[in-house]
Amino acid sequence: MTRRRRSLVAGAVLVGLLGAVALLSLLWTPFAVSDTSGGRLAPPGGAHLLGTDRLGRDLATQLMVGARIALLTGLGAVAIGGTLGLAAGLAAGFAQRWLDDGIAATLDVVIAFPTLLLAMLVVAARGASLGSAVLALGLAMSAVVARLTRILVKRVLALDFVTAARTSGTSWPRVVAEHVLPNVWPTLVVNLALQFGLAVLAEASLSYLGLGPPPPNQSWGRMLQEAQSTVLTAPAGLVAPGLALVVLVVGANLVADGLREVADPLAGRAS
Amino acid sequence: MNLLTVDMLTISGTDGRALVSELSFALSPGERLGLIGESGSGKSLTALAVLGLLPAGLRASGSIRLQPAGGEPTEVVGAADRTLRRLRGRVATVVFQEPLTALDPLMRIGNQVGWAIRRTRGLRGSALRDAVLSALAEVGLDDRIARAYPHEVSGGQRQRAAIAAAVACRPALLIADEPTTALDVTVQADVLALLDRLVADRGMALLFISHDLAVVARVAERVLVLAQGVAVESGTVTEVVTAPDHPVTRALLSSARQLDAALDGRQP
Amino acid sequence: MVRYLVRRGGLLVASLLFASVALFLLLRVLPGDPANALLTVDATPEQIEAARRQVGSDRPLPEQFVTWLGQLVRLDLGRSFVSTLPVGPEITDRLAVTVPLALTAFALAIVIAVPVGYLCARWSRTWYGATISALSQLGIAVPVFWVGMLLVFVFALRLRVFPSGGFPRAGWADPGAALTALTLPVLTVALVMSASLIRYVRSATLDVLHSDYLRTARALGASSAEAMWRHGLRNAAGPVVSILGIELATTFLGTVVVESVFALPGLGSMLVKGIMQHDYPVIQGVLFVSTVTVLVIGFLADLAQRLLDPRLRRASSGRSR
Ligand SMILES: Nc1ncnc2c1ncn2[C@@H]1O[C@H](COP(=O)(O)OP(=O)(O)OP(=O)(O)O)[C@@H](O)[C@H]1O
Ligand SMILES: [Mg+2]
Repeated sequence: MTRRRRSLVAGAVLVGLLGAVALLSLLWTPFAVSDTSGGRLAPPGGAHLLGTDRLGRDLATQLMVGARIALLTGLGAVAIGGTLGLAAGLAAGFAQRWLDDGIAATLDVVIAFPTLLLAMLVVAARGASLGSAVLALGLAMSAVVARLTRILVKRVLALDFVTAARTSGTSWPRVVAEHVLPNVWPTLVVNLALQFGLAVLAEASLSYLGLGPPPPNQSWGRMLQEAQSTVLTAPAGLVAPGLALVVLVVGANLVADGLREVADPLAGRAS
Repeated sequence: MNLLTVDMLTISGTDGRALVSELSFALSPGERLGLIGESGSGKSLTALAVLGLLPAGLRASGSIRLQPAGGEPTEVVGAADRTLRRLRGRVATVVFQEPLTALDPLMRIGNQVGWAIRRTRGLRGSALRDAVLSALAEVGLDDRIARAYPHEVSGGQRQRAAIAAAVACRPALLIADEPTTALDVTVQADVLALLDRLVADRGMALLFISHDLAVVARVAERVLVLAQGVAVESGTVTEVVTAPDHPVTRALLSSARQLDAALDGRQP
Repeated sequence: MVRYLVRRGGLLVASLLFASVALFLLLRVLPGDPANALLTVDATPEQIEAARRQVGSDRPLPEQFVTWLGQLVRLDLGRSFVSTLPVGPEITDRLAVTVPLALTAFALAIVIAVPVGYLCARWSRTWYGATISALSQLGIAVPVFWVGMLLVFVFALRLRVFPSGGFPRAGWADPGAALTALTLPVLTVALVMSASLIRYVRSATLDVLHSDYLRTARALGASSAEAMWRHGLRNAAGPVVSILGIELATTFLGTVVVESVFALPGLGSMLVKGIMQHDYPVIQGVLFVSTVTVLVIGFLADLAQRLLDPRLRRASSGRSR
């Protein structure tokens, strides 16, 4: 098994594991999300595997629900960002002179706003919710994806065999279907897997700032924010949500790394 | 006394598979040997092994000895980089297959040739500048090319520049790894003639690598045919062309004949 | 080069204009009148009217936009609805925290990432090389604020060598306290950023190590160090510089979360407060200043890359396609 294949498998296992936890949380959690019967700041162990928070809610339950939120945010943002970004990037890639410059400049400006700030603006407009977070992160991602697609398309169009196809009168849709997309998608898929991880991290930051999905649906970022206020009495609360985030994002990055194996031969041709 | 002696050279890949097996040949000073074989038969790896420049992960075993005129023989396989550095450029050097990428895209061509000359001949300042210009002139390039970046000149000019850098080191052995494959047919002929002349003028030995028997026949006296890393046939060009033994040789020969026929057919 | 400067400069100006229009519109399409920030829930219609007049939201959009542009040109960012203090000077105050934080962290990240990334590439076939790059892989997956919290836990709460947060009231007038206050935040940002930088440096170095021109140089007798110095450095610098531009921009604005972890009075926390309070001039002002910074950094990074790579210079006369 090559190193990249190992990455792919390991990444898929990590993401799959959290996916399973998220699915399970729909059917069963150790306690109800807002069940405060555990007593305040119970230490890990016993019925409360990870202890309880300062309101007495079960941390293991929150962690499971958090997995759901994290995955939903990541997948939703990738869906929005991938679709919009690919469309805009293809358009820009084929555009000429001023239109191309215009789109490129627009993308640069949008990208200049860090994802998190864009998300904060959307949250300010629509109120804090899972939908706001997904929408904001998806929009921010679409600019990044569009810029990448544009560059890839331009690069493919400059290739000799594509130039040959174009000058010999092949129709545009065929050029896109036969030359552009096959050369573009592998790199794009790798990038989307990375963007998934970034979206998950951004959502965590948003929640940490208090701008994420509202309670009772605790996201990992909010769990960490609450753990920070009780860090002196219950430092263990810092560990699980942070680790969960790392596992999910590492998983996504490993998948991206593994997918490069698919992308490489084609990317090599495109460079 | 041989300039290059390759003895039972085996190159194995990361997975332990032999990419070149038990290859042996020798080259005396001033001699010209063609190394031919299909794509992937291990020609480039052999060339790299001679200079001790195999890509990381590949291992050579057996023996490769380089012995410049009046010098001691040096074993290349397993030698320290410091030892090899003394041989590279001065005793043997390579012109690579890909003129597009063989030169540093960010450095003016004159500087790249100049560095090779400075290292091997110790020239500085205006003497160095003159040497660069004459090295380039020798391969038919003017001083405009010296100031150009690789992307600003044609593929043939780039390959000439690479040849200039290699030849300017005055090596005893020049290894040319398919120096014309990436070039246009008409340019190919020019570059080939150029190599032929330079090697003759300097009395350099030449290890000429190609998959094209017709091309090899023009510059080399003897050929060695490689198939999947194994030497399957060797002899003078005439011998091999008139009485090919191995199917691979016959295949290479027939494609060369077809090309010749095609070229002849075009002549008025 | 001059043509390129003109073209790229034009693009910069256009981007700035576009950004100011976008910023303006973005905030106007947000639901709720900006005047609400001045009002209590039980405000009378007269009070609402007065507030709208005060913040200017009673006038038509184009007029508001022209007013705003006019102020921008005079470098006047308006007054906060909430504190009624001018926004510009407050931004300047806060930049005194954010700029040193971002720049020091950025510099530290480069100092860490360049040698580590380079060695990672050189050692890519050894177990220790693989370990370092696995660690940097891990580093890019770690949320910044978590790193900050862990550092606080260890160095502020357990070891008590640094404060857990806050910034001296006297600011830089008390340099010792200011420096210790910024140490952990700088470390946090630098650690996280160097993780991603290491990967770029590593892959740029690997590209160079596998390049044909390096092999050519070696075939002509260069030692690997010499070949790396003559050819590798410049070739690897190109991609790294373009990434550095983006990274610097992200750090500059990405300090929001870190400022929140360490309760620092920086630009990021000013923005968060502005958003929470619907304080439009503050939001606009902060975003405008950050946008300008980011676009200018992008401009400089592009120029630097062009100076490094002659292949890009040619494209100035004609289109690349
Ligand atoms: N770095 C490497 N790692 C592993 N295998 C390699 C490496 N480089 C080359 N090979 C393998 O070694 C074999 C011989 O390669 P080599 O480059 O010597 O072929 P060649 O005869 O020069 O072919 P061509 O005419 O296409 O240049 C090929 O099967 C190739 O896949
Ligand atoms: Mg070869």
